[in-house]
Amino acid sequence: MNSRKRRRELINTGKSGLVTLITLALLFIFLSPFAFMVFTSLKSQSQITSVGSPIWPAESATFELNGEELEQYTVPMNTCVGSESDTSERSLAIVDKGLRESVFIDPSDLERGEFACSVSWRALDRPWQVAPAWSNYSEVWETIEIPKVMWNTFFYAITTLVGTLISCTLVAYGFARFQFPGRDLLFIVLISTIFLPAFVTVIPTYTFFQKIGWVGTWLPLIVPHFFANAYNVFLLRQYFMTMPRALDEAAMIDGAGPLRVLWSVIIPQSYPVLLAVTVFHIVFAWNDFFGPLIYLSTNRDAQPISVVLRTFNGVYGSSPQLIQAGSLMALLAPLLLFVFAQRFFVQGIVITGVEK
Amino acid sequence: MLQELSSGIPKLPSLKSYRKLSSLKRQEMKWGLTFLSPWLIGFTIFTMLPLIASLVFSFLDLRITDGILTQPDFIGLDNYATMLNDPQIWSRQGGTLGSLWITIRFGLIALPVGIIVPLALAVLLNSPHLKGKSFFRSMFYMPYIIPFVAAIFLWGGMLNPETGWINRSLMFLGMPRESVPNWANDVNWVYPAYVILGIWGVGNAMLIFLAGLQGVPTELYDAARVDGANKWQQFWKVTFPMISPVVFYNVTLSIVGLFQYFLVPLVVNNGTGRPGGATNFFNLYLYKTFFTFQRMGYGSAMAWLLFAIILLVTLILFGTARYWVFYAGEGRH
Repeated sequence: MNSRKRRRELINTGKSGLVTLITLALLFIFLSPFAFMVFTSLKSQSQITSVGSPIWPAESATFELNGEELEQYTVPMNTCVGSESDTSERSLAIVDKGLRESVFIDPSDLERGEFACSVSWRALDRPWQVAPAWSNYSEVWETIEIPKVMWNTFFYAITTLVGTLISCTLVAYGFARFQFPGRDLLFIVLISTIFLPAFVTVIPTYTFFQKIGWVGTWLPLIVPHFFANAYNVFLLRQYFMTMPRALDEAAMIDGAGPLRVLWSVIIPQSYPVLLAVTVFHIVFAWNDFFGPLIYLSTNRDAQPISVVLRTFNGVYGSSPQLIQAGSLMALLAPLLLFVFAQRFFVQGIVITGVEK
Repeated sequence: MLQELSSGIPKLPSLKSYRKLSSLKRQEMKWGLTFLSPWLIGFTIFTMLPLIASLVFSFLDLRITDGILTQPDFIGLDNYATMLNDPQIWSRQGGTLGSLWITIRFGLIALPVGIIVPLALAVLLNSPHLKGKSFFRSMFYMPYIIPFVAAIFLWGGMLNPETGWINRSLMFLGMPRESVPNWANDVNWVYPAYVILGIWGVGNAMLIFLAGLQGVPTELYDAARVDGANKWQQFWKVTFPMISPVVFYNVTLSIVGLFQYFLVPLVVNNGTGRPGGATNFFNLYLYKTFFTFQRMGYGSAMAWLLFAIILLVTLILFGTARYWVFYAGEGRH
């Protein structure tokens, strides 16, 4: 009896280990592009252009002797005077380059001094040593003026966040707590807007904004966010509807009007969902590409990171290390937000997708 | 979110029903509409009026450079007639496939991947044997929040034929250098490249599936097991019907998104349609018609065609829902 139980436990542990291991392997592949990005962003331009260089940031190895930089080469030791029977290859620093015979020293055995090997230095490979090119980051920082671009992106995210939070909360409250003819129809209309292809409205809206001189400014991007959107209203409404009305009614008996109820009863109970809307919106705004692309293409000083990064890619296409460094800087902010607020992301998605 | 829509459209309230309201009810309506007003105003200005405007535009010969006082020519259905004969939309010849067929062809590859991959991941993450679930859940979701442009450049590097890790891995696994795919530069590999790129965005769908899976009552599995159902049967007879609403949600939103697919080709292949015109997606053509060629009238007609197609496909999808989407607690309807 006891042994059977133990056996089952053992099988379960084995299964757990296997499933977890497989998932871990999948995750490793899934996230490997991040490693690619970090590695590439630290490569030097000379490594990028040299064929057969390693995947990690490296430079051809050198050895410093008495203030002099000596290049290192991989030498078959049996070509060298005094070690004819040694069949290994070693990384030696070259002192005198010759086409028939070159003079080396062994960095790991300096006491041996200089010795000659009968090899042409041109025929030898150079070993690589780890050398991250941190300067790529400062180069990108200066070229695309990161502080200005980040400020633009941040400004866009925060102003539209304020608009979204205020407008969506009001509208969701209207849908959740008031009963009147036509309300359900309006709600269906609201939900249906997610099926509307962007271009049906973009063409006239863009034209309109152009005629009133808003193209090239932030206004066409910011103003619409003060008028609510389907996803966030839905999210908030679902949450409001789960809250018992008893508290609302108690407040109303005490003479509170609808605004007062929203402010003192509903909002204080809704922090989780308000935070979910907040984190989603910040990520949306930080990553938004299409809006800024069409409205800010003429105003370089106002562009957020996504648009700047694309322009940068067009100019520096032959320096992938800089592109990767730029991409890494662009994703740092949403990544940090995610690390600290994962819970709210998960919660928000579950409400929109699963609840009716 | 979509169940609201599939349960039928409520009747338009008549004026009479308003007159019948008591003064208390009228008060409630006033407050309700006040709270809805940000959306009502926004909907009118940024959705309703533009919708009407683009419909009107589609009957005009209009360019964005026209001054505000220029009287545009009314050309009736000319834009629509031109559109129905536009080889850039409809051509069926292999070499220069029309943009609508390109969009549909890509969608037919991307849609199943965009449903099956997150569903499979969710099933894996829902396994009772998995340790560290919340860690894995966060990690698989995480790429979804990466800025779209940054993710594209990242994958552009990964898929680089010479230096990308994908081809390096293929060569490491023994594929000869000459036969590794040329990904975004090869007509035959550009769609798989886009699909691979899109797999990074499955996090959202995966979390929705996962929440759906967690909502399946375990008694149902016990009952199925007693009846002798194997794992495969359990999935199709218990799990799938129970999560069909979230499958429906993800399929619908994916289709709406795929019909508007163009930002990836715009950034990866710079909107050129390269390689060999394979990435001339419908929305890319629409984007260029409006922003590059500045043909607002024609662009509006194209946008309405797209709208009509999306509407038709979603209506068909909603029509099929009654056969396979099961909302618990309501019975099959």
